[in-house]
Amino acid sequence: MAAGETITSSEYISHHLTNLVLGRFADGHWGLAHSAEEAKEFGFWAIHLDTMFWSLLLALFFSYLFWKAAKNATAGVPGKLQNFVEIMVEFVDNSVKGSFSGRNPLVAPLALTIFVWVFLMNLMDLVPVDLIPRIAGWLGVHHMRVVPSTDPNVTFALALGVFVLIIYYSIKIKGVGGFVRELTGTPFETKSPLLKPFFFVVNLLLEGVNLLAKPVSLSLRLFGNMYAGEMIFILISLMYGAGWALGLFGGALQFVWAVFHVLVVTLQAFIFMTLTIVYLDMAHNEHH
Amino acid sequence: MNINLTLIAQLASFVVFVWFTMKYIWPPMVKAMEERKARIADGLAAAERGVREKELAEQVAKEKLHEAKQQAAEIVARAEKRAAEIVDEAKEQARAEGERILAAARAETEQELNKAREALREQVGELAVAGAEKILRREIDAAAHQEILNELAQQI
Repeated sequence: MAAGETITSSEYISHHLTNLVLGRFADGHWGLAHSAEEAKEFGFWAIHLDTMFWSLLLALFFSYLFWKAAKNATAGVPGKLQNFVEIMVEFVDNSVKGSFSGRNPLVAPLALTIFVWVFLMNLMDLVPVDLIPRIAGWLGVHHMRVVPSTDPNVTFALALGVFVLIIYYSIKIKGVGGFVRELTGTPFETKSPLLKPFFFVVNLLLEGVNLLAKPVSLSLRLFGNMYAGEMIFILISLMYGAGWALGLFGGALQFVWAVFHVLVVTLQAFIFMTLTIVYLDMAHNEHH
Repeated sequence: MNINLTLIAQLASFVVFVWFTMKYIWPPMVKAMEERKARIADGLAAAERGVREKELAEQVAKEKLHEAKQQAAEIVARAEKRAAEIVDEAKEQARAEGERILAAARAETEQELNKAREALREQVGELAVAGAEKILRREIDAAAHQEILNELAQQI
């Protein structure tokens, strides 16, 4: 089912790593890219339809399921769905209570959304890599990446959202002056007016890196893990085209990797959520 | 790594879904859970109270039972005593009645005896007289000895 007779391994891999891109061509009209090169030429004015489709589908699935449970939530004996949702809510609530010392009604729902959404997007990695793209191929769609969290646009969007909240709450809680002092007055402090400008620069550099590292590490960690995981799935599925012995070995390998990936999928979602909570907690507190 | 418009679109949908969760999912779930927590706490407290009340009621019941047993024993003892008294009285009465009947019978017997004795005496007298008459008819006149015979009869 893998590499056919006419395409090489590298073509197979790059085909799997190409998004379905809708973009604006040089002459101004919008259309689908037919190759990776064409997609590259779009520049910023392009949108990954497969990423959008799957991420929105999963988010709607999550929203609908949880909304249904929340609408029928009862203090009496809960049903199966409500039980499940309550477990999730309680789990997130405990994480927030454990790491977040302030009071903010946004943090817990934010953490829940991140955890479930990222988890579901990561979970798409466990779908056999050729299954959905092949079905899409029959329907006339030639590029299809089904794991939204292997798209850096998704991970950066999440991290950027968290970053905006970090800045917003830093300024809201500490004031503009407090935030600037935090960026320039620490970790090196001095009373000498001569050293002050020097320390100012050094502090800003250190704290600036510290601040910017948060969203970058947040998004790249998730992206890197999921991208690597997907890549290994693709490499394993290459084996199916290389004789029955290698194919059989590939099948075993895929099973082992998938089992291991269940852990990665959950762990990455959990890490993203926990770090979001921790970063927001830092934004709410005076410097440590 | 091609960052493009997808980023903006994803950011927008992220905001929307967080807003949705914050508005329509989180509050009702937490509210339901808190309510249930309160309800369970109430239920446990009520159960605790119920157990205490039950213990109290058991104690009261035990006391009442004890009291009732005591009363019953008292009543039984009194009844037994009364029964013994009645039996004694009845015995006494029976004895008295028996004695009375016996005395009456004795008196009657005495009377009968006296009567019989009288009759016998009379008959003996008459017999003696008749015997004497027969004797005397041969030897002496009855009339001459009547006085002696009567005297005799009197003495018997």
